[in-house]
Amino acid sequence: MARVFLASTLRRFTGGVEEVEVEATTVRALISDLDQRFPGLGKHLRSGLAIAIDGEIMANALYETVPEDAEVHFLPPMGGG
Amino acid sequence: MTTTIAPPTTTEANPGYKWVGTRPVRHDGLDKVTGRARFGADLTLPGMLIGAVLRSPHAHARILSIDTSPAKAIDGVKAVVTGADFPMLESEAGEGGEGEVDFRDLCHNIMARDKVLYEGHALAAVAATSRRAALAALAAIKVDYEVLPHVIDVEDAMMPDAPVLHEDMITAGMDPAPETPSNVAARYLHERGDAEQAFAGADVIVEREFTTKPVHQGYIEPHAVVADVAEDGRAMVWCSSQGHFMVRTYTAKLLGWEPSRIKVIPAEIGGGFGGKTTVYIEPVATLLSQKAGRPVKVVMTRDEVFRATGPTSGSKIRFKVGARRDGTIVAASGWLAYQAGAFKGSPVELGVMCMLAPYNVPNFHLEGFDVVNNMPKVAAYRAPGAPMAAFASETVLDEVARALDMDPLEFRMANAAEEGVKAVYGPRFRRIGYRETVEAIRDHPHYSEPLGSNQGRGVASGFWFNFGSVSSATVHINEDGGASVMTGSPDIGGSRASMALMAAEELGIDVYRITPIVADTESIGFTDMTGGSRVTHATGMAVIEACRTVVADLRARAAKIWDVDVDDVEWVEGRAQHVEGNHPPLTTEDLAETSARTGGPITASASLNARGAGVAFSTQVCDVEVDPETGAVEILRYTTAQDAGRAIHPSYVEGQMQGGVAQGIGWALNEEYLFDRQGVMENPGFLDYRIPVASDLPMIDTVIVEVPNPGHPYGVRGVGEVGIVPPMAAVANAIHDATGLRLEELPMSPVRVLAAISANGG
Amino acid sequence: MSSTPVTATINEDQVEFLCQSDQTLLEALRDVVGLTGVKEGCATGDCGACSVILDGRLTCSCLVLAPEAAGATIFTVEGMAGPDGLHPLQQSFLEGAALQCGVCTPGFLVAAKSLLDRRADPSESEVRYAIAGNLCRCTGYDKIVRSILTAAEDMKKAAEEKEKV
Repeated sequence: MARVFLASTLRRFTGGVEEVEVEATTVRALISDLDQRFPGLGKHLRSGLAIAIDGEIMANALYETVPEDAEVHFLPPMGGG
Repeated sequence: MTTTIAPPTTTEANPGYKWVGTRPVRHDGLDKVTGRARFGADLTLPGMLIGAVLRSPHAHARILSIDTSPAKAIDGVKAVVTGADFPMLESEAGEGGEGEVDFRDLCHNIMARDKVLYEGHALAAVAATSRRAALAALAAIKVDYEVLPHVIDVEDAMMPDAPVLHEDMITAGMDPAPETPSNVAARYLHERGDAEQAFAGADVIVEREFTTKPVHQGYIEPHAVVADVAEDGRAMVWCSSQGHFMVRTYTAKLLGWEPSRIKVIPAEIGGGFGGKTTVYIEPVATLLSQKAGRPVKVVMTRDEVFRATGPTSGSKIRFKVGARRDGTIVAASGWLAYQAGAFKGSPVELGVMCMLAPYNVPNFHLEGFDVVNNMPKVAAYRAPGAPMAAFASETVLDEVARALDMDPLEFRMANAAEEGVKAVYGPRFRRIGYRETVEAIRDHPHYSEPLGSNQGRGVASGFWFNFGSVSSATVHINEDGGASVMTGSPDIGGSRASMALMAAEELGIDVYRITPIVADTESIGFTDMTGGSRVTHATGMAVIEACRTVVADLRARAAKIWDVDVDDVEWVEGRAQHVEGNHPPLTTEDLAETSARTGGPITASASLNARGAGVAFSTQVCDVEVDPETGAVEILRYTTAQDAGRAIHPSYVEGQMQGGVAQGIGWALNEEYLFDRQGVMENPGFLDYRIPVASDLPMIDTVIVEVPNPGHPYGVRGVGEVGIVPPMAAVANAIHDATGLRLEELPMSPVRVLAAISANGG
Repeated sequence: MSSTPVTATINEDQVEFLCQSDQTLLEALRDVVGLTGVKEGCATGDCGACSVILDGRLTCSCLVLAPEAAGATIFTVEGMAGPDGLHPLQQSFLEGAALQCGVCTPGFLVAAKSLLDRRADPSESEVRYAIAGNLCRCTGYDKIVRSILTAAEDMKKAAEEKEKV
């Protein structure tokens, strides 16, 4: 089970829930699962948010593998100078 | 040309590396010391016209009418465009310098439509046979404005009675959503635990309020472009930017064209620092060229660069920290409001995410507001959003350390984030080198050198992300055994040398036998911008991967020649060797020379979306002397320690560290946008917008810390940005050490310092 | 507007060019003579990217009108390297990594040459003030100052060796 942590800005979709456990092996499956539980969240998560899986931050990660017991965070789209 | 290679002088030996960590002369250096290198403004084409842009004299006004007919009547004028000539785009997010760009905003920013939103906002452009004719045409364009009230200051812009820039702007991130429009584009909240309750358990609480001003990236080369649209509708765009693929994507989008119609050729880029991660004049020159049927060059004046590009946000920040007597931070809270300029998208959320990232903080409540105002739309600037936030947090932490009677570095060590700690922005850190940067400063002779009267010492730390993203590379082995290494990453400060070093390491050939090339948009796969401290990491990974494919091919060629299994061929220092020594080794030259017989030219490409980007930390110490008579602050000595993961070319790593510090010192002491009562920028030139000059600064000592990033084959971390994060607080803390005064407003110019001294009865 | 013919000695060559009376020397050097190593950073004399040596004086070419250059001797970055190779300043800039983006580099090299022409053995502080009219946003000046000091030392040594021979 992956543990998904939802930042404050995402909790409006989850009724305040901060942490959920999701059975998923890819980011896409994980987002689908979250969207079923919290309608509307999936679209938001797919719209350019970055993701951190076990501390590694990545963008465009829809097809990435989610390891067993991974810690997953969604982060705002980011860029540098 | 004679070249020398100094021995590696990184802090750690580079076990097993021959080229990584050495300091060869950069490959593009010769062109740049002889004047041969061609920058954005250096191209001239036959029949080329000169373009110029009409800019708003008002900070906020409705455009009632634009009459361009008098301009068209001027001799030599070949094309005139206004906003009406560009497609109106709907709101749509694209990737940009600060993570996201909204193409609707961008289309209004490059050419105003119904309203001008800042002084300097473009609203028409002309192309003519001479600059004189172009300027005469601009003067002839008649514009009727209805001047509207404007707002610059971030807190003023948040007031309920503030003039509203965008009638449809409803603050995002509020629950419930507000019913009326305002200038607050978004609210961001990052919190953990219960900060309010935790403050109750703190022995020391410090709270302060800070103000910072907009500052410009200040690259020495103004934006410049030559566009040439041919009769078949295909365009060549020559310009300097931090990403020629970005220029292609954005220009195509803004013109409603297919990107494949446009070829963007990267000129050398004369500095960017984030400011060249978007387009301003490129789509305009392209449209002018199409209309005129001739090449068009547009070069901004310095005045236009200040009035219409960049800057980064000015800010208002309230920040509070609570700690226990043993030095443990128990809670923090912050309220940050950043100016976005005319369109949404200030880097405030990045400021929120970075300001406490070096520390392990159990309870915090950080709230950020993205606020539009009547100044140019902010652009990315080196670690966007982090420096002003760190000015606030690192100043307050210094005061907490003093209140606890702790050494400020020991206080930081006591709270330092490390592997496994949950970062303030969410995920757990992987292996990081923050603690090592603090130790490097603590152990540096600078930190224990005695100080004189009116002198003080300050320290500060900073955090910044690194980014991965998409990059492409192609490696060609030439017939003489040398190699060309092509990438799609503009070289802003020595990346060609880093690419060549990594290729030399992989291929096992001399770094000077490698020619690193920045290829145009038709000659290499798509590559994201040079920004986000990503090139050495991400494009470097593409180079390494392409080289490894080449080496596999070279081994296969040798196996074919020797008629042995490829597994029996090793690649050692640029040669194929048979594992049992049954055949004399074959060099890259040998294999290149015979390549036609073994399968044709030897070449490989790699394109990837780089994962594994690390994060970067810097800790810095600064000594100042404050003149009590004038308030002038002199930087006496400066030392910066930064985790580079693995320094590929240490000289250019040091260069990034020193450059970031120098920009930070300018931000700390001199630089600010000044606006008059009409919202007109009063100092759009280098005389009055004063960036540091050589006589303002001492040598900037560097300590390269190398805690390898597990996500890169050589352990690379991005080094470009984090160096600008600590300086403002380091200087402010040093001024406090010298004078006992806490300065809460940037820049800490002589006037402000003197006012603080006087207010203190000094 | 009519054009003015100007004859000047540029990098030791006699050069004739036509310019407009309101054209700056910077514009004439770049757009007419074709010496694009001379850079425009501000056109107001604040950044030094357009530095040339005009009749022996370090000058921002953006502050001089082109017709004023009639009869003058002008030195630009393009004149630095000779048949024997790079000028010691160019060599030390390369080896000392004194450039990042490189757009200010021609101006710094010209300013540094102007200093070393006058003063063979400058102190760090003299170097800093001599180049204080040249802006660099990339390097923080550290490696530029070091490279100029190194070049001065190299040139002094070379001159001493020459004397011995």
